[in-house]
Amino acid sequence: MIEMQDVWKSYANGVMAVNGISVKIEKGEFVYVVGQSGSGKSTFIKLMYREERPTRGKILVDGTNIADLKNKEIPFLRRKMGVVFQDFKLLPKLTVYENVAFALEVIEESPRQIRKKVMQVLDLVKLKHRARFLPSELSGGEQQRVSIARSIVNNPSVVVADEPTGNLDPENAWGIMEVFERINDNGTTVVMATHNKDIVDRMKRRVIAIESGMIVRDDKRGDFGYEG
Amino acid sequence: MDMKARTLFRHFKESIKNLGRNGWMTVASISAVAVALMIVGLFLTVMLNLNQIANHIENDVEVRVYIDRTANSQEQDALKKQIQQIKDVKSIKYISRAEGLKELMKDFGKDADVIKPYQGDQNPLNDAFEIKTQKPKQTEAVANKVSKLDNVSDVSYGKGYVKKLFKVVDIARNVGIVLILGLLFTAIFLIANTIKLTIVARSTEIEIMKLVGATNSFVRWPYFLEGLFLGVIGALIPVILLLTAYHELYNYFIRNSYQTYLFIRLIPFSKMSLYLSALLIIIGAVIGVWGSLTSIRKYLRV
Ligand SMILES: Nc1ncnc2c1ncn2[C@@H]1O[C@H](COP(=O)(O)OP(=O)(O)O)[C@@H](O)[C@H]1O
Ligand SMILES: [Mg+2]
Repeated sequence: MIEMQDVWKSYANGVMAVNGISVKIEKGEFVYVVGQSGSGKSTFIKLMYREERPTRGKILVDGTNIADLKNKEIPFLRRKMGVVFQDFKLLPKLTVYENVAFALEVIEESPRQIRKKVMQVLDLVKLKHRARFLPSELSGGEQQRVSIARSIVNNPSVVVADEPTGNLDPENAWGIMEVFERINDNGTTVVMATHNKDIVDRMKRRVIAIESGMIVRDDKRGDFGYEG
Repeated sequence: MDMKARTLFRHFKESIKNLGRNGWMTVASISAVAVALMIVGLFLTVMLNLNQIANHIENDVEVRVYIDRTANSQEQDALKKQIQQIKDVKSIKYISRAEGLKELMKDFGKDADVIKPYQGDQNPLNDAFEIKTQKPKQTEAVANKVSKLDNVSDVSYGKGYVKKLFKVVDIARNVGIVLILGLLFTAIFLIANTIKLTIVARSTEIEIMKLVGATNSFVRWPYFLEGLFLGVIGALIPVILLLTAYHELYNYFIRNSYQTYLFIRLIPFSKMSLYLSALLIIIGAVIGVWGSLTSIRKYLRV
């Protein structure tokens, strides 16, 4: 599914963010990525969807080394991956429905398919009744669910999320986790960087801990392992 | 590139929306293109016509003598003899007013229709003699002598126009090219800035598009169209203004100057409108697209 082989990443300013990571994530897994701020979690995630290109090493996604991807090929990698951020990245002037549909419009999906798929995912994230609302009319938790709906509307095989609950109160955070659980139950791989000790400890999923750009722990049913 | 009509329509809508959103920058860019192309167009019109005139005065040895309309054929013959006796006259050829009109119609080409009403009795031209001198220098003296003869209504000759014209054409070309390059550069800069504004305003949107797998060309299309519109609309304004003015000028010459042999030979309106609109619209489109593509390039880094 996703495999990193001795991956290194140093930024243009000389910061060494990822230093020799090798890891394999199987199809259908649910993986938490934990670590102190600045440890390299976001970089690790960004390497997966080719927001960043590794300085060295191979990153295989479905057998293709995405480190070698030409710019022209990146869009087609992105269509197999959903990406969710801490700050939702919704378009403020579009309704919930339009925000989700946007992801399909720009890859030239047919209007019929768009209607069908958008309604399906809005149902999945339990926001059908908010379809005509603007993002500003929603709670933070609801906004993040819209953003998740957008990330999965094209049926990606993997969803990567970078601190998706970072801006949410515990109650809303749990709502989001429920959604990710449901997505994972449907067979989608989920990779999530998080700071939320509570969630990681209770869910008992695979935990990859990163320090100074290196994997220091990889437990099948792990704990957060740091103090809140 | 194959693209669904729906997608093209979407890009079209997006680009129009962008233009509306940056109202005054849009106006500024269009005006810049319009001003630059207005000057290009003016310059072009003048240059092409100067060239046309210069080329038409085949050589400087020709003098045209327009005969008074009241002169009968005996008086015309007498005049011809008198002219033949003037020193330095090499040849003399009679051109009746009907022939003159025919010649004129040939010059007008497609626009000959405007002259049709002047055929037959309505023919406003005079019968004329076309005199050739031995040397260009002699035309002035010959013309002066001829103009003093009886039954001569008017005399026209080269006056060394050709040399002067080519000199003017040369200077105008150099000054014009510098001016035009500067203006075109300004127009491109303004277009690039207008489009940069829309791009900055929509950076989140572009980010999301790239994130969910839109291709670069998909992202680029609306901005490409936006630049194209700015350029083409900017070009249409001077095209309309210049052609309207040229039409008036051209008709003015047809109506009033049929006897001034030198200046009647403006480039026909139909030809000129084709040259001008094609050239200005192409330049407008090119600078528009250029401006837009330079400004989007760096935002499309993945
Ligand atoms: N675009 C960038 N350019 C330069 N340095 C960066 C960039 N992004 C992150 N870094 C640096 O790389 C290191 C790892 O950052 P990051 O991957 O964001 O860690 P985390 O998400 O765990 O906080 C940090 O030192 C950070 O300052
Ligand atoms: Mg981070």
